Amino acid sequence: MPILETIGLEKRFGGVTAAHGVSLALEKGARHALIGPNGAGKTTVINLLTGVLRPTAGSIMLDGRDITALPPYQRVRLGMARTFQINQLFSDLTPLETIGLAVSERLGSGSDWWRLVGSRPAVTEEIVEIGERFRLTDVMHERTAILPYGKQRLLEIALALACRPHVLLLDEPAAGVPDAERHELLATIAALPKDVTVLLIEHDMDLVFSFADRISVLVNGGLLVEGAPEDVARDPRVKAVYLGEELDA
Amino acid sequence: MSAMLPPTHGVAAFLARRARWSPLEIAFWVFAFATIWLFPGKHLILTETAILALFALSLDLILGYAGIISLGQAAFFGLAGYVSGLLAKYGIVNEPVIALLVSGLFAAALGFVTSFLVLRGSDLTRLMVTLGVALMLGELANRYSNITGGADGLQGVTIAPIFGMFRFDMFGHTGYVYCLIVLFVCFVVVRRIVYSPFGLSLRSLKGNPLRASAIGIPVSRRLVAVYTVSAGIAGIAGGLLTQTTAFCSLDVFSLERSADLLLVLIIGGTGYLYGGLIGAVIYKFLQDWIAGLTPQYWQFWIGLVLVAIVLVGRERVDGWVAAARAAIVRLGGRLVARPAALGS
Amino acid sequence: MLTILFDGLAYGMLLFVLACGLSVTLGLMNFINLAHGAFAMAGGYCTVILVNRLGVPFALGLPIAFLVTAALGALFERTLYVHVYRRSHLDQVLFTIGLVFMSVAAVDYVMGSSQQFVLIPEALQGHFIVFGIGMSKYRLLIILICGLLTVALQLIIGKTRFGSRLRAAVDDQRVARGLGINVGAVFAITFAFGSGLAGLGGALGAEILGLDPTFPLKYLIYFLIVVTVGGTSSITGPFLASILLGIADVAGKYYAPKLGAFVIYTIMIMVLIWRPQGLFGRSAVR
Repeated sequence: MPILETIGLEKRFGGVTAAHGVSLALEKGARHALIGPNGAGKTTVINLLTGVLRPTAGSIMLDGRDITALPPYQRVRLGMARTFQINQLFSDLTPLETIGLAVSERLGSGSDWWRLVGSRPAVTEEIVEIGERFRLTDVMHERTAILPYGKQRLLEIALALACRPHVLLLDEPAAGVPDAERHELLATIAALPKDVTVLLIEHDMDLVFSFADRISVLVNGGLLVEGAPEDVARDPRVKAVYLGEELDA
Repeated sequence: MSAMLPPTHGVAAFLARRARWSPLEIAFWVFAFATIWLFPGKHLILTETAILALFALSLDLILGYAGIISLGQAAFFGLAGYVSGLLAKYGIVNEPVIALLVSGLFAAALGFVTSFLVLRGSDLTRLMVTLGVALMLGELANRYSNITGGADGLQGVTIAPIFGMFRFDMFGHTGYVYCLIVLFVCFVVVRRIVYSPFGLSLRSLKGNPLRASAIGIPVSRRLVAVYTVSAGIAGIAGGLLTQTTAFCSLDVFSLERSADLLLVLIIGGTGYLYGGLIGAVIYKFLQDWIAGLTPQYWQFWIGLVLVAIVLVGRERVDGWVAAARAAIVRLGGRLVARPAALGS
Repeated sequence: MLTILFDGLAYGMLLFVLACGLSVTLGLMNFINLAHGAFAMAGGYCTVILVNRLGVPFALGLPIAFLVTAALGALFERTLYVHVYRRSHLDQVLFTIGLVFMSVAAVDYVMGSSQQFVLIPEALQGHFIVFGIGMSKYRLLIILICGLLTVALQLIIGKTRFGSRLRAAVDDQRVARGLGINVGAVFAITFAFGSGLAGLGGALGAEILGLDPTFPLKYLIYFLIVVTVGGTSSITGPFLASILLGIADVAGKYYAPKLGAFVIYTIMIMVLIWRPQGLFGRSAVR
């Protein structure tokens, strides 16, 4: 049974149809990429999946459960997390606090008002471990706003993973990352746990083809093609859509 | 962080240290309580200051930590003010401390019920709705003047001695000690909340509610919770006012009261808990001084201060406040670490 | 009952003239101007001085009130408000509340705190009885003037070049600038005009609403209600909202005097729960 499934997902804004008939099925552990030209509706799909947007039609199933009507925070609690194309972080908080928030919430102590932050060892241990895994240890106490972009991007991903998701949605993780810091980022993505299902939106074709075992192509809000990377790369329709752009296979 | 101990110990220790009461904070409160003996003739105005400080603390909780702009804290202040007055007048609850708690609960209940109004909509909508609720209550109090005394105010209120022992006297001695203790207790509770995971989540949803919900934080629920708590604290301040003056009138619901409160908090600075307290002291001092010069047109000068602060720029004023605090810090100790300054 | 409708209509249209400037300013500049009522007060007092003390005829007092307040608005806009446009809403609230406090205290100082009455010409006192409805002549005048103003506003906004520039700037400031529209000038003119209208409304309304230094604070909530319920993206929205509120308020005070203005607040809160962008507004998040 697919762990994440959408059935006929559609989103209309007034007269504009941003997405229509989007049906995806991701098996557990899948590495699935969603590509398409700018404005194709990829971020809309992610927003629909995470609950930021309500679909005009269609449904979303997570692990066999219909989550179409659930608000974003409940989907996170059921095991779905995302990163944002443009870093959405808490500029005045430190990475320590940021990751701590996600871990706390997950462990159920997010609403504790009488305890001090940091007084639960399970939480602090996990924060330290995540910090080490994402090479953020040396900046744990800096304000997020002053961190270099690459570190912020790592924090963005670390934050999503701190939620221990079953399904991880990465929205253009490599976007805006300077060349010097890309290597770290790509290594982190490659090292994602094998049992986590990943849906990746990307423009960087190197990353897509090295990472994905299945690719869906989204054009003008609809799915054009879906299949294994080699097949998608050879598909003439895809080449036409990208206007003859060179697709490395 | 020490290289000898495991990193987790360092983190836990760091966080614990941050939350500890700094020498400066302790000095602040020692001085605050010392004023009982240092200024025996000024207890009446000091009582007003303490009440205003508590009121401002309630606004700081929602404005400084959760980012909710409100022109209607007076609703909770006034409701509890009248409730505590009525409880005393009709002998329903005679013990002042219990009556205070009951009034606070009423205010918190009102906060809870109206909280969903501030969840949606823009800043303007929130302003409108909060102001509307406060004015609405004022209207109600005016109409049901048979209960509230209407424009004349609630008459015939006598407050029983606290714990049967401490009688409220004419010079406000008992009243001041009472208010100061209540202020301190509420402050400790709020401080605890602010340094808790709950408080941290508030700061996150102030800064980036989208991201907060994307990591599993139920934003609306947290906002409702903090708004309710803040309403309760504002209510306690209102109850204190009635209990220390044995009187309550319609102006507790007025726009002026909510606006003055904003000013108090802006003067002192938001988001570090002591802003409301310091702002209240400065405000009362200004009021006393200016009222001595031109008693009737106090409102003009208050307006001027507001306009000036905005024109100069709150960030610049914040900057001066931060510089002043930094200077004091160099003399020893923190004054509740400003959230943005953590790590430095 | 029809008299109530009539009175409510007059009251509502007066509210509209008073509040439409605020609505346009908010929609245009995304600026919360809580001092709007101060301009209305200025217009009222201006007329009082002209008509009562200087013997200027009422018919002349009104347009002069408009012009004086518009000039005042333009002055304030260029010297003070322009510094606060880009600030947060909280700053704007603080700033304009400060202005209100200052104006209230200043007027109190200069003119005293008692309520002022405008000497209405004989011709406007008394009633007509039309189809059994008692219509106060003054209120009839209000309906006429405000009605004409509303039509004129619709024409200006809908049919003139300035109007289309204004609509463009309200819709999307950046794009409007990009099209070469002098948004700053549009702001200034609109603000002045809106303030002038408020002044006119204050002058007209002195008789009905009561004029004293606390006017801006007393009626602030009404203006804000009109703006929030009516939305800021059109003229018809606030217009309909004002009529609705005017009738509701008058009817409420007549049929259930104990509750009075409570009715208005309740309506406002219910509307805001149902549609946070107002009954007639777009759901643009500001």
